[in-house]
Amino acid sequence: MSQHTFIVNGTSVTVDVEDDVRLLWVLRDVLKLTGPKYGCGINVCKACTSHFNGKAFNPCAVRVADIGPDDEITTIEGLADTAPGDLHPMQEAWLEHDVAQCGYCQPGQIMAAVALVNKAHAQNREITEADLDEIRNVCRCGTYSRIREAIKAGAANM
Amino acid sequence: MTPALPIPEPLPGGDAAPGAGAPAGGVSRRGFLGYVMAASTLVAAADLGLSSPAAAMIPSGPQIPELYDLGDAQTDAARPTANLITIRITENGEAEFALPRSEVGQGITTSTAMIIAEELDLPVDKVHVTLAPARPELAFNQLTGGSNTTVSTYTPIRVAAAIAKQALLEAAAIQLGSVVALLVSKAGVISAPDGSSITYGELAPIAASPVTRPVGIVLKDSSEFTVVGKPQNRVDAHDIVTGKKRFAMDLDIPDALPTMVCRPPTLNGTAKSVRNTLTVQAMPGVTDVAIIPTGVAVRAKTFGQCIDAIRALDVAWNPGTVEGQDDASVLANLRKAELPLLVPNVPLLAKQVNASFEFMFKSSAALEPYCAIADVRGDRAEIWAGLKVPIVAQVEVAKAVDLLQTQVKVNVITGGGSFGHKLFPDHAVEAARASKAFGKPVKLMWHRADEPRQGRMHPMATSRIRATYLGGQVLTFEQRHTSVSTDFTHGFGEMISSLGAQLPTGLGNLGYAELIFTLTQELPYHFGLITQTLTETDQRFKTGSMRNIYSPDVATANELVVDMLAAKMGKDPLAFRLSTLKDARTKAVLKKVAEVGKWGRPMPAGMAQGIAIHKEYKGSTACLVEIDCRPETVNRPIRDGVGGPRVTKAVIAIDAGLVINPRGLEAQMMGGFADGLAMALTGSVHLKEGHFLEASWDNYFYTRQWNIPPDFTAIAMPSNGEQPGGAGEAGVACSVAAVACAYARATGRVPKRFPINHDDPISFEVKPFIPPVPQSPTDGLDWTF
Repeated sequence: MSQHTFIVNGTSVTVDVEDDVRLLWVLRDVLKLTGPKYGCGINVCKACTSHFNGKAFNPCAVRVADIGPDDEITTIEGLADTAPGDLHPMQEAWLEHDVAQCGYCQPGQIMAAVALVNKAHAQNREITEADLDEIRNVCRCGTYSRIREAIKAGAANM
Repeated sequence: MTPALPIPEPLPGGDAAPGAGAPAGGVSRRGFLGYVMAASTLVAAADLGLSSPAAAMIPSGPQIPELYDLGDAQTDAARPTANLITIRITENGEAEFALPRSEVGQGITTSTAMIIAEELDLPVDKVHVTLAPARPELAFNQLTGGSNTTVSTYTPIRVAAAIAKQALLEAAAIQLGSVVALLVSKAGVISAPDGSSITYGELAPIAASPVTRPVGIVLKDSSEFTVVGKPQNRVDAHDIVTGKKRFAMDLDIPDALPTMVCRPPTLNGTAKSVRNTLTVQAMPGVTDVAIIPTGVAVRAKTFGQCIDAIRALDVAWNPGTVEGQDDASVLANLRKAELPLLVPNVPLLAKQVNASFEFMFKSSAALEPYCAIADVRGDRAEIWAGLKVPIVAQVEVAKAVDLLQTQVKVNVITGGGSFGHKLFPDHAVEAARASKAFGKPVKLMWHRADEPRQGRMHPMATSRIRATYLGGQVLTFEQRHTSVSTDFTHGFGEMISSLGAQLPTGLGNLGYAELIFTLTQELPYHFGLITQTLTETDQRFKTGSMRNIYSPDVATANELVVDMLAAKMGKDPLAFRLSTLKDARTKAVLKKVAEVGKWGRPMPAGMAQGIAIHKEYKGSTACLVEIDCRPETVNRPIRDGVGGPRVTKAVIAIDAGLVINPRGLEAQMMGGFADGLAMALTGSVHLKEGHFLEASWDNYFYTRQWNIPPDFTAIAMPSNGEQPGGAGEAGVACSVAAVACAYARATGRVPKRFPINHDDPISFEVKPFIPPVPQSPTDGLDWTF
C-alpha cells in the first residue's frame, strides 16, 4: 500500500491503496464517490466518464499512481461547482429535455457532453451531428435522441 | 378484514358524469371502498386487487388476445389477493407511498406520483414514491413485467389517494366550521367559502383514525384531470444528473466488501477445485475465496482487486451444458422440433407465400450489471438489489442458504435498467451464497464480460409462415414459431397458470410458454383463418425475456410477410395494411406515422422506407423508418463498433389508451425503438465451441449514437378511453419490424436471419475465456478529450 494525493471536486485527498488500483475503484470503493458508474471496466462503455484537469477521461483505465498531487479530478458530483448557478448548463439541459430513464449512464453522458462542447468551443465552432455520432457512451435504455437534443441545448448556454 | 370490492350501489352524489358508465348490475365504475387505517397520522388504504373489470369472457374469434390478453391475466392473477397499499399523509403535508413494483428506468415512480397527485390535489413534488420491499402476502401482485404496472395499479392507487383526500376534507369541514361540499382543495390546502383555510399537514394528525374504518369514495372523473395526461418530467431527474441517485452498487452497507465471481470458460460450467486458494487469498486487498455453484467467489477491498484475484485464480472446471455446441447445432436442433406447416384447404387457384426466419441469441443485460448486496447470518439474511419479482427472490435466497422465507428480508433498489434481466434473482441468490460461504456481508457484482457470456439470453428462435391469397384477399395465415425454451421460473408462468379455470376455454392445459404466447400474440389483420403456434425445445440455456418475450421476433416475421403479400398483389404496403387492419386504433397510429414520416416520398437507390404495426399491451403502435443501405454508409468506419445500414429517420406512434404521462410514454417509445434497431441490425451473441464469444460493449453491438437516426420523432396519441395501457415494451416490436421491412425494400432482399449482421465476419478480437475477465487498461490518460 502506498499513499496517493490528488484533488477531487476541488478538495485535496490522500488515499492509502496499492499503486495499480484503477482510479474508478479508488473513487467508488475508497472515497465513496458513486456518481461515476461501472459498466465495463475496459474503457468502452464510458459510464465512468469524469474530468481530468478539465478533459473527459475514464477512471476505469487509469492507475491511481498515475495521478499527481496537482491533478484535478472532477466527477459528476462536482460538475455543478464548475459553473455559475445551482447546476451546470448541461445538467439544466438534461432536466429540461427529461433525458434520463434508469439514469445509470447519465452521469457519464453529461460529463462526456460537457467535454465535447468545450472542445468544439475551443475550436471556435458549434457541436455538429458528426460530433454527436462520435459519442461512445452506451445508454442501454436508448435515450440517445434526447441526449442529442440536450447537448445542443446545453451547448447554447455554455 | 374483507377484501375491498366495488360498492354495489352508486354513492350519494356520486357517479353522475355522463359517459362514466355503469356496468351491468348498477355497480358504479368510479365508486370504490377503501380504508382509513388506525395510525397517528392520516393513512389511507385500498386493496391492490382492485381494478377495472377485465374483459374476462370466452373468446369467440380466432385471436384470443383481442378479448383476453396477458395483461388481463396478470390483472386477474392480482385480483384475489386481498392486500392493502397505503398512502400516508405526513405532518409536512406531503404524501408517501411504497409502490410494490420495481423502478428500472421505465418511469413508474413518476407516473405513480402523478396519479396520487391528481386524486389528492397535491403538487407532484409533494408525493414521495419509494419501492416496497418483498411483501410475501402480495403473492403474484408484486411482479414488474409485461408492461403491466400502470394497468394493474392505476385504480387501487387512485382509490387510496381519494380516500385520503376525503378524510382530509371531512377533518377540514370540522376545523373550518363548514361542510365538505363547500370546501375546495388545491395544492395541499383546503379552503372554505369564508376565506379560511388549513393545510394537509395541519390536518394529517387530525384526520388520523384511532381504528381502521371502511370508507366509500367516488374517484375523480377523467374530464377533471389536471395532472394525469400532462407532460411531466421524471421525479428522480435531479438526483440522476447530480450523481445522487443510488443503485445497489452505490449503497454503503457496513462491511459489504466488493465481491466478484470467477466464472467457467464454457456456458454453465462449474468449479471442481481451486489450485491456488492460499496464493490468491494473500493478494493485496483480498479477504476471501470460496467455490460457489456458479464459480469461485472472491471478496476484496476494491472491485479492481477482485478482478486481479479472478485473473490469478487457477481453477479446475467441470464441463458446461453445451460443450462443443455452436449456433448451427442449436439451430439444427430447433429445426427438428418445428411443427409442419399445413396444406391449407383453399381453392385450387389460391397462391402461397412461404417464409422462414431465424432469430439469434441476444443478451438482455442492462448497463448496470447484475449486482446484489447480501448479509447472510445464521438465523436471518438481508438482500439489497434491483429485483422485479422480490418475493421469488426471497424464496430462492431462503432455499439457497437454508433459511425460512420469513427470515429473509429483500429490499428492492431502483435498477439501472432491466429489459427482463432483473425478473430473475440470479444475482441475489449468488450474493447470498457468497455471503454464507464467507460468513461476511458482500457487495456482489458481475463483471461486464460475465453478462453476455454467462448471463440470461433471449432464446434463439425460428418463425415460419405460410399465407395463401386469392383475388386480393388473404385466405389463411399460418405461423409456426419455434424457440429455445424460455425460462418463466421467475414467477410469471406460475402467476398466469394459477388462473386455471379463469382462462379462456382450452388454454388451461398449455405449458407456461405456450400459454403466454397464446395470450400475447395477435395478428390484427383480416387475413381469413389465422393460426399462430409456439413450440419450445432445448433447456440447456439460461434464458428470459428481453423487453418483450416473443413479440419482436413474431412481429418481424409477420410484417415482412405482410409486405411480401402486398408486393405479390401489387399493393402499396401502407394501403394494404390500412385496407386489411381490423381496428380503428391501429389504423390511426399507422396513418399518423405515414403522415408525419411522409410515406411514399421518393428515395435514392439503396435507401427505402419501411412501415409496420403492432398491437399489444392494451394499445397499438406503428413505426415508419427510412434506411440507408448504400455501400458508402454501410462501410463507414467505426472504431470498436459496427456501422452497417443507417436508419436516417424514424417516426413511432402509440395509442396507449388513457395516457398518464405523455412525456414518459414518448421516452419509452424512444427506448423501445433503440432496442428494435439493435434487434434488427446489430445486436446478437455468437455461440461457438460451447461458449458465447461476446464479452463487452465493444463486442456486443447494442445501438450506439452512430446507429441512431438523426431525425427521430415519438408521438403519444391523445388519451383514448379510461384504461391505461402498457409502455415499457410496447415500442419494440413495430420498430424492429419497420427496420426489417425497410431493409428488405432498400436492398431487394428479404432478410432471413436477425440481426442482419449476424453472419458478417466477427469484427472484434475475442477476449480470452481463461481468465474469464479482461484486465482494465492503464492508458486512459491517452484518450482524454
